[in-house]
Amino acid sequence: MPAIALEATSADVASAPLAELVGIRKTFGALVANDSIDLAVQSGEVHALLGENGAGKSTLTRILYGLSQADSGEIRIQGRSTPMSSPADAMAAGIGMVTQEFSLVGTMTVTENLMLAGVGLGRIDRMAARARVLDAAARIGVAIDPDAVVETLSVGERQRVEIVKALFHDCRLLILDEPTAVLVPQDVELLFASIRRLTADGMGVIFISHKLHEVVEIADRVSILRRGRIVASVPARGLQPRQIAAMMVGADAASPGDDTQAAALATAIGLDAHVPAPPAAVSTGRGAALEIRDLTLAGASRPLLDRISLSVHTGEIVGVAGVSGNGQTELVRVLCGTTPATSGTVHVGGADITTAEVPARIAAGLGRLTEDRRGSVVLNLSVEQNLVLEDLDRFRNGPFISRRRISAHVRELMERFDIRASASDPIRSLSGGNMQKVLLARALSRNPTALVVSQPTRGLDVGACDYVYSQLRGLRDNGAGVLLVSEDLDELLELCDRIVVVYSGRIIGELSAAEASREELGLLMTGHTA
Amino acid sequence: MKVLLRASESRWLAPAAVLAAVLLTLLLTAVPIRLAGANPAAAFERYLVTPLTTFGSLGEVLLTATPLLFTGLAVAIAFRVGYFNIGAEGQFLAGTIAASIPALYLPDLPAPIALPLALAAGAVGGTAWAFLPAWLKRHAGIDEVVTTLLLNPVALLLVQGLLNGPWRNSATGFPDSDRFGAGYDLPRLIEGSRVHAGLLLAVLLVAVTWIVMSATPLGLRLRAAGQSPSAARFSGIRVTSLQWRCALVSGAVAGLGGASQVLGVQHQLTASVSNGYGYTGIVVATLGALAAGGVLLAALLLGTISVGAQNASIVLQLPTQMGAIVSSTLLLAAVGFLAARRYRLALRRRRVR
Repeated sequence: MPAIALEATSADVASAPLAELVGIRKTFGALVANDSIDLAVQSGEVHALLGENGAGKSTLTRILYGLSQADSGEIRIQGRSTPMSSPADAMAAGIGMVTQEFSLVGTMTVTENLMLAGVGLGRIDRMAARARVLDAAARIGVAIDPDAVVETLSVGERQRVEIVKALFHDCRLLILDEPTAVLVPQDVELLFASIRRLTADGMGVIFISHKLHEVVEIADRVSILRRGRIVASVPARGLQPRQIAAMMVGADAASPGDDTQAAALATAIGLDAHVPAPPAAVSTGRGAALEIRDLTLAGASRPLLDRISLSVHTGEIVGVAGVSGNGQTELVRVLCGTTPATSGTVHVGGADITTAEVPARIAAGLGRLTEDRRGSVVLNLSVEQNLVLEDLDRFRNGPFISRRRISAHVRELMERFDIRASASDPIRSLSGGNMQKVLLARALSRNPTALVVSQPTRGLDVGACDYVYSQLRGLRDNGAGVLLVSEDLDELLELCDRIVVVYSGRIIGELSAAEASREELGLLMTGHTA
Repeated sequence: MKVLLRASESRWLAPAAVLAAVLLTLLLTAVPIRLAGANPAAAFERYLVTPLTTFGSLGEVLLTATPLLFTGLAVAIAFRVGYFNIGAEGQFLAGTIAASIPALYLPDLPAPIALPLALAAGAVGGTAWAFLPAWLKRHAGIDEVVTTLLLNPVALLLVQGLLNGPWRNSATGFPDSDRFGAGYDLPRLIEGSRVHAGLLLAVLLVAVTWIVMSATPLGLRLRAAGQSPSAARFSGIRVTSLQWRCALVSGAVAGLGGASQVLGVQHQLTASVSNGYGYTGIVVATLGALAAGGVLLAALLLGTISVGAQNASIVLQLPTQMGAIVSSTLLLAAVGFLAARRYRLALRRRRVR
């Protein structure tokens, strides 16, 4: 027996995984974010980490990168127990992380940014740093101009700089937290090529994504987290996206009863295999729910919105696609009435709201659901107060607020929109999904003629996404027009009847959802017109 | 050890923070009281208990609290909507000047005309003093903290200028105005006490503010605008306009306080009419958590301490400034604890190998 044990031990050392998490447990109050998680990443492996929002993925990677500490359990690097009490420890252990939020200084060049990451005491050697940038760029197989100022770079290029920055510290394990969320399809291809080069060199990669077709394409192994536990860890080869989706929500893909759930889920996650054909819109007698003409918003050097013309008919969802920063935010602001347009007109259901104040816009039938969820509510006020904040005059009783009518209205909305909170809770204590439900409830309770929606599912888990989608579809089927601004192509392709693409403040293309392909959209989004 | 933001807080936490602040205040101020040669326990009794035990001193507490109610309310109204009016002092003084104008130039008016006239003049004076900073804030985006603050000494200089010039006392030649006409005396509320009808007016304003804040759409809009201007704007609340209106109302309330003080207590304009009531109003509003009821309680508390401080200076030979030390320590402790209650401390575990 001892001999066998000894043998096993030496074998362990020889094949010790690059990094190993053993029995990691982390709690936040009553919430168990990570529950005895075991996870191993081999060298040369892309290990995909999947799970709904709130399943514990970010907590786990934060623990591995030293940004937060586990309550119990240990981290082993090449078989050796290594405490991670700060990112510095993680970097020293050869771990790098690239998150969705980039940590680059916009006004500095690429080289300067990377020098910042590695500055210690002593002399700064600009030429050596520049050479290392070129070296690292060659390692991931992309061209990076070391002297380019970061704010002039595209999102994809910035992400490459972030990866190069992570590689600076002799990195052997790279954590990529939803790296494709901000990328156009062409950049995703480049990223995947880089990942393949790195793993061929023996690096390990932890890849977090919501997009199952990407996971199937790039990963060697897939681990699925649900409610803080690893529910499956399987080789990616031969795995069907549908099976993964089922595992994520805990449904058994084989059981027939769950078919609808799995299908709903698959579409919610962005499996584009079976996009349900949008119901043929009623073609006769359709009026415009939202009519935008020559809308322009002047900017410092060039117009932020350049003569945008667009109409959304009743019973239609029109998508606005584009890489972030091409005027989407400004368009939504102008439509919502928080930024005045420089010129052009906006009509909702025939009423001119171009210069109208917010209450008049709402009265004209405009519903608003912006990407800035926390900026759309007063965080310290209660759920109830936020729900009625825009319609206070409807609940007047003489000069006073009628508490009885408000609480009846709020109770009805909370039930109808399945808001899981108490009406008196401060809204800041709500999860993203619940907060979005409050905002949906507020916007939809007035049966808007036209709804302007921006990034409605950003940061939401699968269940909440699905809920938002069904509400938007329901609104469309009831004859409202929806303008959906999103950076998520899967979302647009699934929901929209038509998709327009904005680039540099202008609409440079329009496709019907039936004929739109990911590649075509991607080309338009990068400014290529056929 | 790490400091983390609390996800949720229980209901008892805010009262507990106030209690902790009171205890810390007692602890900290015991040191200077001891150094001044008095027994801290006896001094605290003088500050907080004695003023409430006799009829005469209770009246003095109410009298002292009256101007603080006006200025505290004025500051609370402005702060609530996110307009940081530090100028209640100047607006209070402007109110005293404006109320003095009819009282000095139309001395023979009968009370039913004289009092409403002088009080209205005080409100207009305070509003006028609040106008310029509010206008600059609205149209030029100039920070109101600086402009309202800087107008305070200007108002004081104006009072002094008037008293050393046209309004110099015609009988004595001292820089105090003539005594106002008899019709301008606010009636006493209680026989044998100096408490005057200004207190009623202040309590009425507190009640109105409370009702507006808690039971009308306007109140909720004001709170939303103060808590998160951008979100309020998104929801169609006209934040700038609300701030503008509240700034003027705040000035009016402070000016009314000034009028109440000259008409109810001084019966003439003097340079020391304010005694820093406008600044203390900031303390009152803050201690009262910007709520009308809180302002009422805080004004009474500070009134009590202030009367107690005079008592203690006579009986215990403590300097009257000790009262200010107690109330400012209380303010700092309360603000500190109320801010700290949002956070919790987390002990970082030692990693076990």
